Amino acid sequence: MLQPKSVKEVQEAVNTASTAILIRGGGTKTALSSSSGTETVIDLSNLSGIVEYRPEEFTFTALAGTPLVNIIEMLAENGQWMPFDPPMAKIGSTIGGTLATGLSGPGRYRFGGARDFILGIKWVSGNGEMLSGGARVVKNVAGFDFPKLMIGSLGRFGIISEITLKVFPKMNSFGTVEWDCGCIYDAVAFVKEMTRTPIDLFALDLEPAGIVRARLGGLSTTLNNRLARLSDYRDGASIILGDEELNLWEQLKEFLWLPHDCSLIKVPITPDLIPQLDTCLADSQLHRRYSVGGNIAWIGWSGTIEDIDTLLSELGLGGLLLIGESGTPWLGTSSVITGFADKVKKALDTEGRFLPL
Amino acid sequence: MLSTFVDELKGMFPGNQLLTSKAELIPYESDGLTAFKALPRAVVLPEHQSEVIDIVRLCHRYSVPFVPRGSGTSLSGGSLPNTDGIVIGLNRINRILELDAEQRIAVVESGVINKNVSDAAYPYGLYYAPDPSSQAVCTIGGNVAFNAGGAHCLKYGMTSNHVMGIKAVLPDGNVVELGGPSLENVGPDLVGLFVGSEGLFGIALEITLRLLPIPEAYRTVLAAYPSMELAGDAVAAIIASGLLPGAMEIMDNLTIQAVEESVNAGYPIDAGAVLIVELEGELSEVEEEFVNLQEIINKSGAYNVRSARNQLERDLIWKGRKGAFGALGKISPAYIVQDGVVPRNQLGAALAEIDSLSEKYGVRVANVFHAGDGNLHPNVLFDNREEGMLEKAEALAGEIVKMCVRRGGAITGEHGVGMEKRHFMTDMFSDQDINQMLKLTNELDPHGIANSGKMFPVDRMPGI
Repeated sequence: MLQPKSVKEVQEAVNTASTAILIRGGGTKTALSSSSGTETVIDLSNLSGIVEYRPEEFTFTALAGTPLVNIIEMLAENGQWMPFDPPMAKIGSTIGGTLATGLSGPGRYRFGGARDFILGIKWVSGNGEMLSGGARVVKNVAGFDFPKLMIGSLGRFGIISEITLKVFPKMNSFGTVEWDCGCIYDAVAFVKEMTRTPIDLFALDLEPAGIVRARLGGLSTTLNNRLARLSDYRDGASIILGDEELNLWEQLKEFLWLPHDCSLIKVPITPDLIPQLDTCLADSQLHRRYSVGGNIAWIGWSGTIEDIDTLLSELGLGGLLLIGESGTPWLGTSSVITGFADKVKKALDTEGRFLPL
Repeated sequence: MLSTFVDELKGMFPGNQLLTSKAELIPYESDGLTAFKALPRAVVLPEHQSEVIDIVRLCHRYSVPFVPRGSGTSLSGGSLPNTDGIVIGLNRINRILELDAEQRIAVVESGVINKNVSDAAYPYGLYYAPDPSSQAVCTIGGNVAFNAGGAHCLKYGMTSNHVMGIKAVLPDGNVVELGGPSLENVGPDLVGLFVGSEGLFGIALEITLRLLPIPEAYRTVLAAYPSMELAGDAVAAIIASGLLPGAMEIMDNLTIQAVEESVNAGYPIDAGAVLIVELEGELSEVEEEFVNLQEIINKSGAYNVRSARNQLERDLIWKGRKGAFGALGKISPAYIVQDGVVPRNQLGAALAEIDSLSEKYGVRVANVFHAGDGNLHPNVLFDNREEGMLEKAEALAGEIVKMCVRRGGAITGEHGVGMEKRHFMTDMFSDQDINQMLKLTNELDPHGIANSGKMFPVDRMPGI
């Protein structure tokens, strides 16, 4: 395993690699960061640190291996944050790993995901060149949007070395309203109703069988009235506040609900498809959560990867294996790569130095 | 070969969908950047997606360049024709295919007008957030190609942040579907890459858009300042306070005068600058934020502050801002609008530098811009009937673009590189960066036919 300490050392590592390159950040997403033994592993945990932070600009630039917790702490000191709620921070995820896997937490609901906050990147290409895309300002459309392309690309196009993100002022208080709708069908119907409320929800999650949680963030002076208003949407509301509330969302974001012997799979979905998927999963009594207004399913899978791959394909869904055995990370329909992605791969990694799509 | 190609095109479109006479082609010789003109060989106006695909395949077969065009509002010459190619006009591909209010999604064809999406979503309490000034005429396809912005990018981002899926025909005629109806995705963000590719990756046929609930309340404030500097400082103070307004816009005196003459929006005609700030969201939050905003503005040196009391007054404030570009046409026979971005703490210094450049060249510059995100819109005003003035205006505009990059910014915030800023790409990107972009273009468009000539410096484009 190579552990470069500088971009130059990353370039050297790429130039001297004799087998396909697997990139590792904090190693928290085991299915993506574990080697099968044949790859050249480049570990970026030593490529860490803040390059630039301008609180008045609401932007920062960090090296890819910088742990999320360091960034979260630095931003909090200035009343700022990454509202897309990057997950797995407490267990050691890095900013590079988060963006390369394209992961956002429940807060993605309000202001968008990792893709919506990235401004610029530097990366090392397959032939060892240091390239850049985007800019360090909050608005820019010059050149192709390589920063967005790298979101979710799992290091197949190059090694992200440096990232510029925009950040937002942090909301200063939070509260959650919880309802038990009884069954998945009613819960999904209620989630769809809530996505159109004029109340600015920060997060909207669903936990089978029928628990719906809507989170509010904002000014402390208006929070109680807003929570009361939100509670009126349906009978049986309970309000969660304070540490209990913070811990609730923390355990969702950190996947503390995931049993140790389960794989973790992310499945992009739409609310309409949730009942069908959930019926299949409920039969096996699997742990699962639906987040971002019913746009992501997080599945704790205890069966074989082949079985979930087949199930997702049958339902017309794609998935990404995050925690579990290394192998093919893309499952279901997302394993069918379009001609477009192939061409991008050919143009960006002509010699195939990184793992195949 | 071109004549065989045109014959084949005539065979496909025997009626009035194919324009070839000079009189018919002239309306297409320019887009919003009228300083650039070129007559295409033909203009074809497909009415179905399948026709677009057939045309692209024909172009690929004959290696004939094509320029996709929506309503032709590009301010960077993004839909300027190639003299040896055709224009594919997409205005007739304009159906809203699906509006799923429950899942807050609209699937539209590329020729749908931006504002029509919000109008269609309105009965469901939803809207489409990106609002370029040209939203009453510009198309979603054009918005996608150039990653269009607007006044409300500060809080909700650009077009790219609202596009979830794209069905597109690539320059080689292959049809691909990228992304989908979910807000989330796994795998590389190919939708993100496609948006803003300026037509070089082909033509978007269908686009899946994210809709948002219409904000419950707005608070729109118009503050007049004796100087641009004070208005700029007010923006910095608002941002530093932790408020996140939907929009923050500044206009200078020259623009105010033009706007007042043109649309009579009630802006103080003697102001050195006006600042528009709009808060939006849930009623109770907006009201509380409005108190904070008033405190900041009261301390910021504004000598005249007006808050819209109803939708009519809000519309009037925005009418002035959105009509600013059109109004400048009344005080100058021609103008070039620049679109550079600077870090927000550099706004004051950048404006001062634009002032001194304007003085140095003896050319007037009117400033109207998205202050909240540092996106300048200096309008270089000139008389194109006077010899040498276009060149002079271009030279001044060029210095402004370079100044933005020097200050750590970007050459374009929302108008795109197009024809107009392609020579400045090397100011922002290294040779290797540009080579990588070209390599991708070559892979997707081996014949170099899709909106070729745009984005890259001429000397870097093979075959141009």
